[in-house]
Amino acid sequence: MAYALQQLINGITLGMIYGLIAIGYTMVYGIIGMINFAHGDVFMIGAFIGIIVLTALSGITSVPLGLLAALILSAALCALYGFSIERVAYRPLRGSFRLAPLISAIGMSIVLENYVQTSQGALERAIPNLIPGGIMLMKQNGFAVQLTWLQIAIVIVTLVVLAVFTYVVTRTPLGRAMRAVEQDAKMAALLGIDTNRTISYTFIIGSALAAVAGVMFLLYYGVIDFYIGFNAGIKAFTAAVLGGIGSLPGAVLGGLLIGLIEAFWSGYATVAYKDAAVYSILAIVLMFMPTGLLGRNEVEKV
Amino acid sequence: MKNLGAILKDSAAVAGAALLLFGPFLGLRLGDNEAGSLTLSPRPGLLAAAVALTFAARLLMLLWYQHRPPRIIPVKLSAGTAQAGKYIAPALLIAAVAMPLLPGIENSYIDLGVLIMTYVMLGWGLNIVVGLAGLLDLGYVAFYAVGAYSFALLSENFGLGFWECLPISGLLAALWGMCLGFPVLRLRGDYLAIVTLAFGEIVRLVITNWVALTGGPNGITDIPHPSLFGLSFSMAGGPGTFAGFFHLTPDPKQRTTYLYYIILALALLTNWVTLRLRKQPLGRAWEALREDEIACRSLGINLRNTKLTAFAVGAMFAGFAGCFFATRQAFISPDSFTFIESATVLAIVVLGGAGSQLGVVLAACVMIGVPELLQSLQIYRMLIFGLALVVIMVVRPRGFIATRQPTVSLGKAKLIGAAMLSEGRG
Amino acid sequence: MTDTLLSVSELTMRFGGLTAVNGLSFAAQRGNITAVIGPNGAGKTTVFNCITGFYKPTSGSITIAHAPGHALRLDKMSGHAIAKKGRVARTFQNIRLFNGMSVLENLLVAQHNRLQAATGFGVLGVLGLGGYRAAERAAIERAKYWLEATHLLERADDAAGSLPYGAQRRLEIARAMCTDPVLLCLDEPAAGLNPRESAALNELLLNIRAQGCSLLLIEHDMGVVMKISDHVVVLDHGKKIADGTGVEIRNDPAVISAYLGEGDEDDADSPVGAELEAGS
Repeated sequence: MAYALQQLINGITLGMIYGLIAIGYTMVYGIIGMINFAHGDVFMIGAFIGIIVLTALSGITSVPLGLLAALILSAALCALYGFSIERVAYRPLRGSFRLAPLISAIGMSIVLENYVQTSQGALERAIPNLIPGGIMLMKQNGFAVQLTWLQIAIVIVTLVVLAVFTYVVTRTPLGRAMRAVEQDAKMAALLGIDTNRTISYTFIIGSALAAVAGVMFLLYYGVIDFYIGFNAGIKAFTAAVLGGIGSLPGAVLGGLLIGLIEAFWSGYATVAYKDAAVYSILAIVLMFMPTGLLGRNEVEKV
Repeated sequence: MKNLGAILKDSAAVAGAALLLFGPFLGLRLGDNEAGSLTLSPRPGLLAAAVALTFAARLLMLLWYQHRPPRIIPVKLSAGTAQAGKYIAPALLIAAVAMPLLPGIENSYIDLGVLIMTYVMLGWGLNIVVGLAGLLDLGYVAFYAVGAYSFALLSENFGLGFWECLPISGLLAALWGMCLGFPVLRLRGDYLAIVTLAFGEIVRLVITNWVALTGGPNGITDIPHPSLFGLSFSMAGGPGTFAGFFHLTPDPKQRTTYLYYIILALALLTNWVTLRLRKQPLGRAWEALREDEIACRSLGINLRNTKLTAFAVGAMFAGFAGCFFATRQAFISPDSFTFIESATVLAIVVLGGAGSQLGVVLAACVMIGVPELLQSLQIYRMLIFGLALVVIMVVRPRGFIATRQPTVSLGKAKLIGAAMLSEGRG
Repeated sequence: MTDTLLSVSELTMRFGGLTAVNGLSFAAQRGNITAVIGPNGAGKTTVFNCITGFYKPTSGSITIAHAPGHALRLDKMSGHAIAKKGRVARTFQNIRLFNGMSVLENLLVAQHNRLQAATGFGVLGVLGLGGYRAAERAAIERAKYWLEATHLLERADDAAGSLPYGAQRRLEIARAMCTDPVLLCLDEPAAGLNPRESAALNELLLNIRAQGCSLLLIEHDMGVVMKISDHVVVLDHGKKIADGTGVEIRNDPAVISAYLGEGDEDDADSPVGAELEAGS
């Protein structure tokens, strides 16, 4: 029981991180119908910018300020990364055949991974735990269930970010424009919405969220390397699909589910195959529920 | 130069963005100090160079757009390239066959030829799935791995040799292709891609972690090289070896040449089967599947069988290639079967263009040959590869050879432009 | 004596909360051209998609009889089996050709099943053995026949996607006929055609009927409907509101009110009435 509770806590924390990344996937797929293969690597870049900022500020400022700086700088720079990637690699291919943006995205993913690898080295980088300690929830048979301050911090930050983001999407003109373009791009354009700009904003916001996830990941695991984007990317995409592509609450829900699956699988089955387990979930979900749990039903007009 | 001011402003903006983007990664360098904690060292020179380069590149690009000659695509030109195509293919074939026999050619060049030929074969195999049937498979490396590991395990446990295992590898890979094809039958486009990617990764994870069967990350060693009618290519010379039989001094070039001709033959087999199948109802059904699945259904074509056959046949050739890979290296490990391999082969197929056989050859030569030749750039190899993918997609999304030859005609068959083709409808 | 080819019985199709087709029953006779008409949204394409296997009906049955006494339940068959075993062919509202293949290749794909059988599991064909070459020659002859019937012979080697609109429509019909169907379902075949092309279409459809293939059409163009249909079924809001010959339904008050409205709309609607008249 205690052990399960621990896995639950771990899973939720991890799931929040995946959820943040998943939102980026689901937004982009919803608005321009492509899987942004490079999104996972933007998450990785966010983590690296985080570690660079924290290293630069180490010893100078207090921990909360340092973290805030890391979050803001990382989100801002990753927003620029996301914007640039869309402009350079995807926008020119918008009218082209189906495979073109995907290949370009794969290329972009390889570029980002190797850009970080060649510029910063292939070694993994570690930082000490900046938010140590926590509370012990319960003890059972000598196993202590720990809820760390770090985990609480991650959940809180994620929830705050999600709240802001939900506000933007549901209450602001930008959010309305995004939903309009998602439904019918041509019509939205005819109504005066600048579709290019709206799409750019989608990438900007998605990338900023991924950056937050990256910094959270850095704090949580303490170790990053240039390849974390690949794995996290597929898992986050699985989360987006699980929750239903195009559905934002679905992405978060999917993220939580994936986090829980990964935590429980690691806890009760073999750690070695935890990634394989998540990937299998992706296949199974798409086989039986192609539109995910909360997704829209896409009926092709015959 | 009326817009020079605007061009300069644009370039400056791009350079500014570059400064921000490259700043953390090029301008600073993470390192470790003696205490083991992280340090940052500045690299202003590198950053300045990168920003300046970006500025210059953008400036030149905008100037080029403004001043380039108008593009007239003469109809005759495309017919001309088609004519050239007719002569290029046989010429390349002759060059490929003759290459190892050139006097004084270095072993490393023949070895490069073996490498390129392997990718050509993989490209031709994937071409069946992606180019002909339009099924976007990002996990092709899984079948390559099945072929390689089945040979390695069969030779390790049953002592079978390369030639015996070759058909078995192909068969096992084909079966695996059908197994992987079955769950993805109803998936389209991007979803199909990501699930096949996931399957490829699952295969790699299983290989890496099922240590009892596959040796895990350490892989399998001592895989036998192929023999020629029982003659081995051992460097020891003497009876029972190729060198001994033909009274030659043992030379690594001999085995490499033998391997080269094996892969050349396998690749040509793949090509021949593909060309034949294109003229068969099956090949046409594949192409129709790519064009419009729903129309196929309305014509009575069994989509499930057609798709599964595409996966199976494509996988079979990857299996052959994998078996060959194992025998060439004499050692395999999960590191050779990563997603990057799938991406590379896919890039070769797409860059070659429109499912063209010749295009695959050209793309493989460029994508594999060039990085190997530029050894000094090895560390940047993958970076350049990724950049090349993006650049080529943006500049020429249809690939090198953007036309399709109809498989049957009543009169003079006309080339069909690639703009007519639909891709990846799953 | 009635010789029913296609019998639709209590067909109902629900999409979530929306009932697109509600308890529809009608019969199409062998050798007839049967038209299904009705205002937009009446459920015509839905009925088509049920008959041709693109939707699974919520309830009801669709039966085809290749000969008197034979019966095949189409609603229980998979999409491609309806074309293959049921011998029901169709065209699409939005034209679905294989654009990247030549006109001739399109027609050969249509004969896939027959040709595939001649290749001996594909393997013999690859090796050049078996009766494949003869089968392919026969298939090309059949293709040529339909190309001539649709005036597309000169364009046989052109890319299907490069054909002008009217030619593409004709190609789709030729392709459907190459599957050797007993029932050809046409979804708005006259859409976008000018009067001359419509007249040529009528001729083609009559020719097809003369060859022994029955037709089921969805159409808005009353000229086509009235001139060549033997039997007209009128749908509105998923239900059948009239069923008879062209003359009968033209004077049916239910039909007129469905097209013209109950008088609570402001627009004159006389063009529609005139259209109903114009088809004579």
